[in-house]
Amino acid sequence: MSKPASLSLDQAPPITVPLRFFLTAPLFAITAALLLLWQGPDLFSSRWNPALLGATHLLTLGHMGLTMLGAIMQMLPVVASAPMRRPALAAALVHTLGTGGIVLLCTGLAFTLPLALKFALPILGSALLLFAALVVITLRRAMPHNMTARAMRLAALMLGATALLGLTLLSNHAFGWWLQSREALTNLHLTWGLLGWVGILVIGVSYQVVPMFLLTPPYPAKITRWLAALLFILLLALAPASHSPALRILLGSLLAAGFAVFALTTLRLQSQRRRKQPDVTLNFWRGGMISLLLAVALWLAARVIPALDMAQSYNPLLGVLMIVGFAMSVINGMLYKIVPFLVWFHLQSRRGPSGPKVPNVREILPESRARGQMWLHFAALGSLLAAIFLPASLTYPAALLFGASNLWLWLNVILASRTYRRINGLIIEASGHGAAAPQIMK
Amino acid sequence: MTTISNFLAPDHQRCDNLFAVAEAAAARGDWDNAATGFVHFQNAMLHHFAMEEEVMFPAFETRTGMTQGPTAMMRSEHRQMTDLLNQMAEAAARKDSDAFLGDAETLLIIMQQHNMKEEQMLYQMADQVLAGELEELIGRMRAMD
Repeated sequence: MSKPASLSLDQAPPITVPLRFFLTAPLFAITAALLLLWQGPDLFSSRWNPALLGATHLLTLGHMGLTMLGAIMQMLPVVASAPMRRPALAAALVHTLGTGGIVLLCTGLAFTLPLALKFALPILGSALLLFAALVVITLRRAMPHNMTARAMRLAALMLGATALLGLTLLSNHAFGWWLQSREALTNLHLTWGLLGWVGILVIGVSYQVVPMFLLTPPYPAKITRWLAALLFILLLALAPASHSPALRILLGSLLAAGFAVFALTTLRLQSQRRRKQPDVTLNFWRGGMISLLLAVALWLAARVIPALDMAQSYNPLLGVLMIVGFAMSVINGMLYKIVPFLVWFHLQSRRGPSGPKVPNVREILPESRARGQMWLHFAALGSLLAAIFLPASLTYPAALLFGASNLWLWLNVILASRTYRRINGLIIEASGHGAAAPQIMK
Repeated sequence: MTTISNFLAPDHQRCDNLFAVAEAAAARGDWDNAATGFVHFQNAMLHHFAMEEEVMFPAFETRTGMTQGPTAMMRSEHRQMTDLLNQMAEAAARKDSDAFLGDAETLLIIMQQHNMKEEQMLYQMADQVLAGELEELIGRMRAMD
């Protein structure tokens, strides 16, 4: 039987642990928008365009990666039913090394600077592998029937594998050695990253958060039990299949079917929700699931119509749908549930019986602000997709909308964290000065 | 056979449903139905807490000798939810939809995490350690109004 301590709520890490990630992440998306403004319509000209490689990693590692890392650090103790050891130290290490490594990597990629890449290699590599190991080890203690924990562990293994492939490719960029299978490795790297790490993680987290926030029926047991493991095995099988196009198409089709089942199930459960009022996070998730379905449909169509596969717009479309449409929408929506609740939760637990009143989640982050930012995000997504077909006229508006959306997201996270500081200051004042004072920055 | 799990977990569902009704009415600005719906919801919650705190938790604590373990944590979360319920009652009386819906959103998250911990751990532990007295305990919980 589990130890009683495993039920305790005080296993939550300090609020600075997730917040430092959430406050940094949008800055990388803003930087990607600036890169797009600077490069202009040429950015999507080739998938090997250095600036596009830089912008892609600003989004996948900088924006999505940091946010997911912060959210996992917060969720791990709950999912694993056990506190993480030294969470503040782990967060400081992963965050500092990660941020530094991402800056070096993206600068090196975008401006073709081998020296920056040489420094990025050990720094980013240690941050990502340290984190992946931390997740896999912490989750060993999770209850065996916790399907979210299982999926999270598989996603972390995929993160480790993606990082190792990425480091191999990075060393090739940095030192210029001859790498014959560079294209095959790149394809595997981005497939494992987007479908394995991001995709399986979103699936595992959905099992908990979709029913929880919207009061929907639970995901069918067949899906929660098998889907993540099945996708993981299919993704692994892609590695030896890289020389057999027919096998690759078969595996790809099964993967596409798996993700389509997930997206359609999520949309169906959401339509059966018992909470009916408008919800910003729900809209973000619906946008994310529709983007995922469009990406699946586009990929399948390109298998049937070879001309589509050859079209210059094919890869950028798939990338924008998966990164901005699917992953960023879901992540952005989750932030609006996680951040206000964490601020409330930490203030409430510090407040004591007679402390100052703690604002509720809607006062911490007003719904109108979240809603406005959401429309800007979807406008940016639409204009980015359109800019792939009409680069000359739409690239700049798309970059501006995308930058503005992420700037607004950043300001919303800042607003919530300022409220935390302000009320926490009042709590310390009310509980008498002295002993509690050094905790003001916590 | 009736167990703690299949007696108390469906009661969580019942509370969730009443929550959704009250919240939806408040979101529409329909304060008559919101007020009635909220009273039903609040009573269901307090009834559920009482069944646990007066019957199930004491039996669990006696049997395991753990008074500072999971039941203490569950009791403190019950207090946290009771506070939010009281705030929502005040907001409903003022017809203050921002305050009501903000507290509702907060309560929902606490409630769902709490239910998950009870259903996935505490109830299952209780079903094991209280195996010999389930019928009597459930009978006593059923008899509570």
